[in-house]
Amino acid sequence: MEAILAVLVGIFFAVSAYLLMSKHLIRILLGAVVLSNAVNLLIFTAGRLTVRDVPPFIPLGMLSPEGATSNPLPQALVLTAIVIAFSIFAFLLVLAYRAYQELDTDYTDDMRLAEPEGDDLPPLRY
Amino acid sequence: MDSYVDISEAMVVEPISLVDWLIVVPVAVPLLFGALLLVFRKAPQTQAIGAVIGLSLVFAAEIGLLMRVLAEGPFSLTMGGWLPPFGISLVADALGVTLALTATLVALVCALYGVRDIDASGRRYGFYTFLMLLMAGVGGAFLTGDVFNLYVWFEVFLISAFGLIVLGSEARQLDGAVKYAVLNLIATTLFLIGTGLIYGSFGTLSMADIARKAPEVREVAPLATIAVIYFIAFGMKAAAFPLHFWLPASYHTPRIVVAALFGGILTKIGVYALLRTLMMLFPPERDMISDLIGWVAVATMMFGVIGALAQSDIRRLLGWIVVSGIGVMLAGLALGSQTGLSGTVLYAIHSMLVMTALYILAGVMRGLGSSYNLHEAGGLYRSHPALAAIALILVLAAAGLPPASGLWPKVYLVKASLDEGVWWLALGILASGLLTTLALGRVFALAFWRSRPEGVAALEAPVGQPVAGYALLGILLIPILGIGLYPEPVIQLTDMAAQGLLEPSGFIEAVFPEEAAVPDVPAGEVETEEVAE
Amino acid sequence: MNTVIFRTAAPYIAALMVIFSIFVLLRGHNEPGGGFIGGLMGASAFAIYGIACGVSSVRRALYLHPMTWSAIGLFLGAAAGVMSVFFGVPFLTGLWAPPEIFGIEVELSSILLFDIGVYLVVLGAITSIALALEEREED
Repeated sequence: MEAILAVLVGIFFAVSAYLLMSKHLIRILLGAVVLSNAVNLLIFTAGRLTVRDVPPFIPLGMLSPEGATSNPLPQALVLTAIVIAFSIFAFLLVLAYRAYQELDTDYTDDMRLAEPEGDDLPPLRY
Repeated sequence: MDSYVDISEAMVVEPISLVDWLIVVPVAVPLLFGALLLVFRKAPQTQAIGAVIGLSLVFAAEIGLLMRVLAEGPFSLTMGGWLPPFGISLVADALGVTLALTATLVALVCALYGVRDIDASGRRYGFYTFLMLLMAGVGGAFLTGDVFNLYVWFEVFLISAFGLIVLGSEARQLDGAVKYAVLNLIATTLFLIGTGLIYGSFGTLSMADIARKAPEVREVAPLATIAVIYFIAFGMKAAAFPLHFWLPASYHTPRIVVAALFGGILTKIGVYALLRTLMMLFPPERDMISDLIGWVAVATMMFGVIGALAQSDIRRLLGWIVVSGIGVMLAGLALGSQTGLSGTVLYAIHSMLVMTALYILAGVMRGLGSSYNLHEAGGLYRSHPALAAIALILVLAAAGLPPASGLWPKVYLVKASLDEGVWWLALGILASGLLTTLALGRVFALAFWRSRPEGVAALEAPVGQPVAGYALLGILLIPILGIGLYPEPVIQLTDMAAQGLLEPSGFIEAVFPEEAAVPDVPAGEVETEEVAE
Repeated sequence: MNTVIFRTAAPYIAALMVIFSIFVLLRGHNEPGGGFIGGLMGASAFAIYGIACGVSSVRRALYLHPMTWSAIGLFLGAAAGVMSVFFGVPFLTGLWAPPEIFGIEVELSSILLFDIGVYLVVLGAITSIALALEEREED
């Protein structure tokens, strides 16, 4: 199971790397989404998947669960990561939309307002 | 909560003294004040007062933390009452507390500068709320003892930084913010990848637990891969060559006080995280890539300062100077010796103070009607000699010349490089210092020394009164000159921080006080599963 | 979207959803559920109400600005952690006070307070994003 998921994570990383290297902002954002999902899967896989269907409950009066259970910690980590990635992606979408409205382009080579082309050198004498 | 279960095996049962609570203040107080300021954002006059009170409380608490660390060494508090490594620990040691204290001082100065610089709409939009949340993230990042928690604090201050950088929503800002946001998002995602791999290899995320388990795990886990991923991720956050381009593309776009805050604090957190992970957790892996780090350091300082030489806008020039300083800090990481690390920490403190002061200086110059553009600036020495004196000290400080704070870290780093026989690193530090002198000296000569170019009228001052600016620059000048003229106390502190990185036993003992009594269960979750197979 | 049926039904659906979101929030105490998922449900209730009856009526119904609700939630969450300072236990430790109200034991705890904080943060933040997007569609 880990092997299959590892390959899947690899595919996700490849797709996101391809998208991130695009010059259009919207594709870069899609790449960021795929990237965050790749990482979530990676954490999930890193937590081991051998026991998947036993919830990690501790019976009343015991200190530890009976037998093996699924690992709850990666799920907590992934949930945190999902929430963070979700909120940042929401911000990025709004930002990209506003930038598209203001700059009239989502082509990164044309987004030169902050660093104008042909900016001159500082005065070399005075 | 059944009575016949002995909870002392998993939970803290001893009462916690109030002194331990000091460590929570830098995280909890900014969060509480940030929430309050957001509730009262319709009343702009409350905003600055609240932020200053909150940051002063944090500052006082961090002084208390520093006293305690100096007196008793590192100490920790584990959240939620769970014993480490199950609970998340906050750990105060010399490195984290010193940097957090400096960052809070810088944020306090920025909050005060914002009183004049940020108008009512900027406050309603949440400048001070974002500032407080940013500081919660920064304080958490410097004090946490858990890798995943470090990631969460990174995201907290990153989201607040997004809010600050688009404050005002001009087209230029949106352009800068897009680059800042996308590249920082990728950097933090890389950090998360490394953290996932750490969890997979160690079964724990507590830094102290990782540090003590690393020798055994090293034989079976790809720790070098993790170290390299961390180097790329934090190098990107710190704006190290060749991943530094987002910084000069964005830091000149927001309000000047936001730029001062970012230029002062944010990149240094990347350096801090590099020190914490590579030096404390994975020293043998750092040795493997130390040459690479060294070349990255030299390239960063040289490209940074050459970029600065080519700029005609003061704010953009300062952005490149920030990058160049990161290179100097990486030099100590590349050396990995006591002297080198001490120099790096000292340089980080110096850089926080000086870069913020330089950005605020630029803001004050603009407030006096001078332009950000060097072609149009001039004549400030004649009209404002006191400001010229302050500017001269800051230029000397940034260039690493006496009598200001930049001298000693560079002395330390050059000495450490020569001790190790890495002459090219020493040469890079000295050459970048020379070029920084040229770049900033030219700003001084053009904006202050020469008379105002003919045909250029004074710009209308936007907002901001010079008096407040002078006072705030004065506050920052005290530590800058203090470190320059009497460096012993601070150097003792940075030596302690460097020692703590090289010998993390103090850090580990702070989290696990009775080393022997803790059973070897932290990876239990993983182990039980393997048994079940 | 603005059919008569939808506009008539939306307030009832939204009210039911808000009640259900609070149920999920309180249920999260001992069973699956909790502040985050409850907050999302509450936010979607207000989003539906906004689609049907307009953004201004949602703002009236919320009384305070959604970001203010968020801020209150953030404050509650942080305060729930800080409360433990008075009991000599570490930050964020769960505190319990089971008073009997009308003969039923109600398990009040700082964990519940924290969860309510999370609920309000999520509700406020998502509602304000949803309202901002709906407002843009209207003009």
